Amino acid sequence: MKRRLLPLANAACVFAAMLLLWQSILWIFHVPPFMLPSPWAVGRAVVARYPALLTSLSITAEEAAAGLIASIFAGVIIALIFAQSRWVRRMLYPYTILLQTVPIVAIAPLILMWVGAGSVSVALIAFIISLAPIIANTTQGLVSVDENMVNLFLMHNASPHQLLFKLRLPYAVPSLFVGIRIASGIAVIGAITGELYAGSTRVGEGGLGYSILYASSQLQTDYLFALVVAATVLGFAFFFIVMFLEWYFLHRWHESARTPETD
Amino acid sequence: MTETFIAPQVEFAAVRKLYGNERLVVDNLTLSIAKGEFVTFLGPSGCGKSTLLKLISGLTSPSSGIIQVDGMTPRNARETVSYIFQDPTLLPWRTVRQNVGLGLELEGINRERRWETTRSLLELVGLEQVVDAYPRELSGGMKMRVSIARALATNPKLLLMDEPFAALDEITRDRLNEELLRLREEQNWTAVFVTHSVAEAVFLSTRIFVLAANPGRVHAVLPIEFPFPRTSALRASAEFNSVVMHMSRTLREATLQ
Repeated sequence: MKRRLLPLANAACVFAAMLLLWQSILWIFHVPPFMLPSPWAVGRAVVARYPALLTSLSITAEEAAAGLIASIFAGVIIALIFAQSRWVRRMLYPYTILLQTVPIVAIAPLILMWVGAGSVSVALIAFIISLAPIIANTTQGLVSVDENMVNLFLMHNASPHQLLFKLRLPYAVPSLFVGIRIASGIAVIGAITGELYAGSTRVGEGGLGYSILYASSQLQTDYLFALVVAATVLGFAFFFIVMFLEWYFLHRWHESARTPETD
Repeated sequence: MTETFIAPQVEFAAVRKLYGNERLVVDNLTLSIAKGEFVTFLGPSGCGKSTLLKLISGLTSPSSGIIQVDGMTPRNARETVSYIFQDPTLLPWRTVRQNVGLGLELEGINRERRWETTRSLLELVGLEQVVDAYPRELSGGMKMRVSIARALATNPKLLLMDEPFAALDEITRDRLNEELLRLREEQNWTAVFVTHSVAEAVFLSTRIFVLAANPGRVHAVLPIEFPFPRTSALRASAEFNSVVMHMSRTLREATLQ
């Protein structure tokens, strides 16, 4: 237990040091609060506008989660198609790279135009941005199955269906989780970015991205900081949920999921 | 009854195998393996030992010539053939029990009958303590035992083994050699074994094919006539060691040729 608490204590020390640095900058340079509010003011904003903050947080969480879950399903299906043959991969792979390289800020206005403002557009943006790492990692897992494992299945006259569900898919699960872990972070970023464009159908009410834009236009800098803190918390939450699921599904058998204590 | 009256388990007739249309790996091979034999292909690397097993299992096809397994084409005979690879090739997400039952599961045998067979095999290879362990928790020797149990679970007539003990330390390898022979006494399968260890080949086999490389061909065929059951005491005997020395010489000739 001690070994687990120590990194936490260290992280808390770093956090305290950062707050101190922040506060000292305010003291030394006399920055006006609308440029940089004090940590104390941000804390006050969190408490005072707690319900609104929570609403924004849950809107963004839902959009990011919807986009991420959709990208897991679509990504696995696309990876299964890619795994069929090298020829299919060569033909279609460039388009996944396209997915990854196209700047989301460039296509967000297009999606807004086609789908309209609101959560569906935002979830769609989160979906697009988190799709590529899932496709790439799952495909990698599906095609790197040990040749003798395939031979073993062939020796037992396994059907293509059995090869897929009893060998290739379980073999690819650890790689799929690598993909989901990367995607979980960028799904949140995608949702917040999407909200900057398509975040709300009502003035003053929307997800974190929309609220950040709104707070900055109103010069509510303390609340803007509170929103940034909430966005960070959301990113962490996604990451830890995925980490937990990965541990839950893999710890019994996968080498990477071994904790040092059990060695 | 003489050997000629028993239908051969494996038969090669003028088998040639080329890789990529030029490199000849197996040249004009004709041989016959009778039921109940323990045949070992012994040879230097590049002599196509593993290719022979791939040909018998139908995982690859000959460029010319005919291969018959139990009177059938290799592919049709697969139901009666099991393959043990150099690596244990266990599925890491399955427990020992689920790994041993894999072949039966793929053949659609129900869970109760699978477990019956699996349990008796795990007792036979001394793994009844770890039925619910995952492969990563096992030692190299235990993993190979699971691999052997899995191969035997489908009750094969022919067992193909591709250097199964090459990665193990000598003590473990010797012990598994003895266990393999004990299993053979009980279960009565034909074995085709591949190795580059002379002592292992002599200990296990009823007949050894010494192969020469580039292209792979038979250099010498030598029967090993030590009676069964063979035990670790055999390894210490002078006769055993003189056979091993003779065999090493033959192997060296084959390599230098």
